[in-house]
Amino acid sequence: MFRKPPEAPDAVLVEVEGRPVRVPPGASAAAAALIAGLASTRTSPVTGEPRAPYCMMGVCFECLLVIDDEPSQQGCMVTVRPGMRIRRQEGAREL
Amino acid sequence: MNAGTRAGGYDFVVVGGGVVGSSIAFGLAERGRRVAVLDEGDRAQRAARTNFGLVWVQSKGDGMPAYMRWTRRSADLWPAFAQRLESLTGVGIEYRKAGGLVYCLGPVEFDARREKVEQLRAQADIYGTEMIERAALERLVPGARFGPDVVGASHCPNDGHCNPLLLLKALHAALAIHGAHYLPDAPARNIVHREGRFVVDTPRGSIEAGRLVLAAGHGTPALADAIDLPAPMKAERGQILVTERCRPILPIPGSGIRQTQDGTFLIGSSKEKTGFDDSTTVAVGGRMAARAIRILPELGGIRLTRTWGGIRVLTPDNHPVYAESARCPGAFVAICHSGITLAAVHAADLAEAISGGALGPTLEAFHARRFHVPKAA
Repeated sequence: MFRKPPEAPDAVLVEVEGRPVRVPPGASAAAAALIAGLASTRTSPVTGEPRAPYCMMGVCFECLLVIDDEPSQQGCMVTVRPGMRIRRQEGAREL
Repeated sequence: MNAGTRAGGYDFVVVGGGVVGSSIAFGLAERGRRVAVLDEGDRAQRAARTNFGLVWVQSKGDGMPAYMRWTRRSADLWPAFAQRLESLTGVGIEYRKAGGLVYCLGPVEFDARREKVEQLRAQADIYGTEMIERAALERLVPGARFGPDVVGASHCPNDGHCNPLLLLKALHAALAIHGAHYLPDAPARNIVHREGRFVVDTPRGSIEAGRLVLAAGHGTPALADAIDLPAPMKAERGQILVTERCRPILPIPGSGIRQTQDGTFLIGSSKEKTGFDDSTTVAVGGRMAARAIRILPELGGIRLTRTWGGIRVLTPDNHPVYAESARCPGAFVAICHSGITLAAVHAADLAEAISGGALGPTLEAFHARRFHVPKAA
């Protein structure tokens, strides 16, 4: 669906679902998950349906991710940092 | 002109399409009455859309045993009411008769709550609330890790909770299924009693009916005088905090914390006199959050997603007012807080009485004339 931009010389190395992925500096964690090719990034706590980033501007809450072990982060609102660990959010977070 | 709604007119026009008006209208429609429900639009200040969703018995009726019995009666009717609504409409309203808790932080709060519970128990034999110490509380809610200040709670097995937005949706769907006419964007501007009938003027035309139920929340006083109905009221703001969804740990709702079926925590509950200003404040939200975190410290690690304020519909003594007009017989008024708790009894006993044409002796205690009687010393 999306075409990846050419890899920037100053690409940031992050980890998505345990795999190393190089993403443009300034990209969001949600963008990193898309670049990594995740078809879905979370499941709905209400229905269990697979979901994926949608609005990419902080409104829809569809892109919730576990970022550096912190659950339910809005992935589109978090800028990647070198070494960031990004994982799918399965259902609702633990308290 | 008329709103083009029903040839031959209506048996009842219900002014107010919130939970109170819709519950009564549902009960009337179930009894075969031809009903029109007049409502405001989406921007209406609506208690039905700002409340916490408790079916709550354990704190109701202090000073009015009739109200305590009425509340308990509604809680007893709720399971069948919820099932009836769901099977009729297909709308799940997330009702659970899970019991309810009022948490006590420290021995002083525990003793004060125990005193209150004993006071209430002395007023009616159906109260059914017990004080439980921390160990019993932990057995009751094994998934929750309570803070060190929690010494216990009062627990009432008759309490419960539901999703109030879905309840309103289900009631509106049920009205349509029973052939009642729900008219949004049709706020009543004026009511005239003429030749034994009621004519309500709305921006969508006039609606005429043989009888009328006024259940317009804080819109009631402006309409009540013309048909000689009492409308003693006061406003009180409540604020609510809403968190992100979490795995379920708290199946039992509490007076200030409940976890919804989808995992959201709702945190309340404040009481402020701010007129009809329904905005939220950081000061009150912060105080509510701080108390919630003392009860469940792990709440401190999750995010709030939104807050809202709402205006409670209250009479001067906080108990409901139900009355029929003396000068315009056939006009009834219902003013109350706790529209969710009372929804089941409103759709049953109250609708039955109104449909039958008289409120009768059970509801006599709820007449507004109680405010006119000087209290004995």
